[in-house]
Amino acid sequence: MSLDAKIPSGPLAQKWDKHRFNMKLVNPANKRKFEIIVVGTGLAGASAAASLAELGYQVKSFCFQDSPRRAHSIAAQGGINAAKNYPNDGDSVYRLFYDTVKGGDFRAREANVYRLAQVSVNIIDQCVAQGVPFAREYGGTLANRSFGGAQVSRTFYARGQTGQQLLLGAYSALSRQIGLGNVRMFPRTELLDVVVVDGQAKGIVVRNLVTGEISSHAGDAVVLATGGYGNVFFLSTNAKGCNVTATWRACKKGAFFANPCYTQIHPTCIPVSGDHQSKLTLMSESLRNDGRVWVPKRKEDCGKPPASIPEADRDYYLERKYPSFGNLAPRDISSRAAKEVCDEGRGVGPGGRGVYLDFADSIKRLGEGTIRERYGNLFEMYERITGENAYRQPMRIYPAVHYAMGGTWVDYNLMSTLPGLFVIGEANFSDHGANRLGASALMQGLGDGYFILPYTIGHYFASTRPAKVPTSHAEFKKAEETVKALTQRLLGINGRRSVVSFHKELGKLMWENCGMARRRQSLETNLKRIPELREEFWKNVKVTGSGAELNQDLELAGRVADFLEFAELLCLDALHREESCGGHFRVEYQTEDGEAKRDDANFAYVAAWEYKGPDRKPELHKEPLVYEEVHMATRSYK
Amino acid sequence: MNLTLKIWRQKHPAIPGFFETHEAKDVSPDMSFLEMLDVVNEQLISEGKEPFAFDSDCREGICGTCSLVINGVPHGGHKGTTACQLHLRHFQDGQTITVEPWRARAFPVVKDLIVDRSAFDRIIQAGGFVSVNTGNAPEANSIPVSKEIADLAMDAAACIGCGACVAACKNASAMLFVAAKVSHLNYLPQGKAEKDRRVRNMVAKMDEEGFGNCTVTGSCEAVCPKEVRLEFIAKMNRDYGAALLKGERKKTAAEGVG
Repeated sequence: MSLDAKIPSGPLAQKWDKHRFNMKLVNPANKRKFEIIVVGTGLAGASAAASLAELGYQVKSFCFQDSPRRAHSIAAQGGINAAKNYPNDGDSVYRLFYDTVKGGDFRAREANVYRLAQVSVNIIDQCVAQGVPFAREYGGTLANRSFGGAQVSRTFYARGQTGQQLLLGAYSALSRQIGLGNVRMFPRTELLDVVVVDGQAKGIVVRNLVTGEISSHAGDAVVLATGGYGNVFFLSTNAKGCNVTATWRACKKGAFFANPCYTQIHPTCIPVSGDHQSKLTLMSESLRNDGRVWVPKRKEDCGKPPASIPEADRDYYLERKYPSFGNLAPRDISSRAAKEVCDEGRGVGPGGRGVYLDFADSIKRLGEGTIRERYGNLFEMYERITGENAYRQPMRIYPAVHYAMGGTWVDYNLMSTLPGLFVIGEANFSDHGANRLGASALMQGLGDGYFILPYTIGHYFASTRPAKVPTSHAEFKKAEETVKALTQRLLGINGRRSVVSFHKELGKLMWENCGMARRRQSLETNLKRIPELREEFWKNVKVTGSGAELNQDLELAGRVADFLEFAELLCLDALHREESCGGHFRVEYQTEDGEAKRDDANFAYVAAWEYKGPDRKPELHKEPLVYEEVHMATRSYK
Repeated sequence: MNLTLKIWRQKHPAIPGFFETHEAKDVSPDMSFLEMLDVVNEQLISEGKEPFAFDSDCREGICGTCSLVINGVPHGGHKGTTACQLHLRHFQDGQTITVEPWRARAFPVVKDLIVDRSAFDRIIQAGGFVSVNTGNAPEANSIPVSKEIADLAMDAAACIGCGACVAACKNASAMLFVAAKVSHLNYLPQGKAEKDRRVRNMVAKMDEEGFGNCTVTGSCEAVCPKEVRLEFIAKMNRDYGAALLKGERKKTAAEGVG
């Protein structure tokens, strides 16, 4: 099967306009005849469900949380990018496009990224109209700040709670449609399978997490907005509930999975404090606007109080290595630099896995009040977790798994290789290449949901006229039986190890062997160990309770079972990609000064993996990345 | 450190609950309260017993999912802190701690420490939005909003919808939650067009859902993890009064019903 990305022809800047004109429309009176299933209520899912319902489609929205407002988009702190050029500092749609393609280490699809930069300006308008309380200047206009990987200030923010405020905006639009009866909402409901009839996605099988009831929902199209797979590493900045189940089970039904090895390690997280740790907490990248990153020059100084180390004995390594971007170097580069200095034995804090993020200079220059106004809630959060006051002493930070650039392969219309299955937001692979820039995830989630999917899904309906399939169809019954059998199997093992112990062990394997630095040998170790761990899981896991009730142990068991399969694909993808790019750093492929070394001649493609069955190797399909507009350059932030 | 926990156990909403006592041994002061519960649950699983069901998701104090009453206080009574961000360094070695779900008629217990807060969603559905369809928005900077107003709206919008305010209130009133949303939108020029309708509909829904009345004791403000202020209740009362005085315009026959 050849992958057709369906990128419109013509000049880059006109592709989306032209495509919008060429797409077929659904007559307003006919829209109500189509039912759309949207799974997930984060920025992408909530904005899509609301916008589709506003257009007149019948929408069913699902989330596993107790309320759609709790999706993990809520935790994004720093901001959202848009090419508004309000500060008059030279920004443009083209510059945002270029920065994103470059930031993604030339592994993103050019046409998608350009479209994203185009709709970015509409997103800000929409959010402001919804009442999102963005930060303002005294004159009443919107405020901006700068973020990693850019030399212009294009990031809009709402204190340190931008994700929360944007999500509440999308949630309020969704709530309005629920109140109007245009969306039916199913909270505490988890997708457990995608139903395919005659090669098209026709519905889903879900479990009611309160009663345990398994049921089917039919739709003319299914939209997955189910987020990323960072929790395959166990410890990550993702919420505890984030999982790969929806996209992985869709993959098993025919939706190819693209670039799973592109995982983002965020440079500024609070370091691990012990084995009990259940998750990691991010400190917004915006802190790097005013904080300076350093470690002692000498190993011997690492144990000393930071204030006692004189200026001359400090190594501000980001400023030293990347003078033009300094502390605002992109995430992959900053993370790796932190790992390097810690590997050299110059890390600080317990276990030596930490670097300082120091605000002393900014406090001296701007006053504590200004710093408090900009980052007050982040400093408070830091103090709650560590018990330390970052106004008095530098923060300690260390990289942690944060975001998945990889995801379900989608074409320009955001449709997967399974017709009728659309995938949006972090769950798809499309816009960030091998590394995502800060403040771009919110932009992509809302861009997909508000301004792209509502057009492209209509084209699917109008051009294919999909047949209606009721939930009484044999394929639905079959999928329900499969899900029920899986539940019974998990409950019936009655082994000796807890689900969490397996998840932790998998996470450790992934972090050690497929984390910030990967090598052939470590990946091969994982490809041997993961199947063994999976086998042990299915023999020796202990899942308590029953299937006919609220059972969190069972929910987790299903998710970990999927991670145990998906992790293997991630490592396989990392092994096959014999180059370093963005978040994927292969130790064998680096320049003399330790920077990522791409191999454009052999790897300038999207790797889309087709599931071939439980004991068979997935098949690799390649979508070549053709750059019509930009020149694939070596990425430099020096 | 070692702790003794008295944790609420309730199999089903219809079956009365009770406290179960468990020991949390050798826990670290650097653990969060929920990580300590994880340890207790792992211990229970290893003994073949059922773990306690409790809600949590982001574990960084922003999603509003966690909902524990710790020693009688929602979220444990540490200023501006959710249960998931509460660390054991604030407890004494050997201390006995009670852990209960939110208690309110409008938040029925689902299981153990989990309650049903969907009443909050229904209040938002009644009016907690600006009626603007996607694509309808004017250029973002065309309506200036003074920094003071934007900051005030943000203070109110910081509410995470956890429901601690209801759990703390002797009447289980939802006034702080509703006032936060009403204030956030009513302060901003974008929300002005439906100001009256919003406050009327949201208050009516709040009453219908079975939340109690507000007597302004301020217990809600004291436990709010986002420190949403009582003054927003005054703002909502003002807006509500004004909306009532203006009255709802009767539709003419030509406009039809509904």
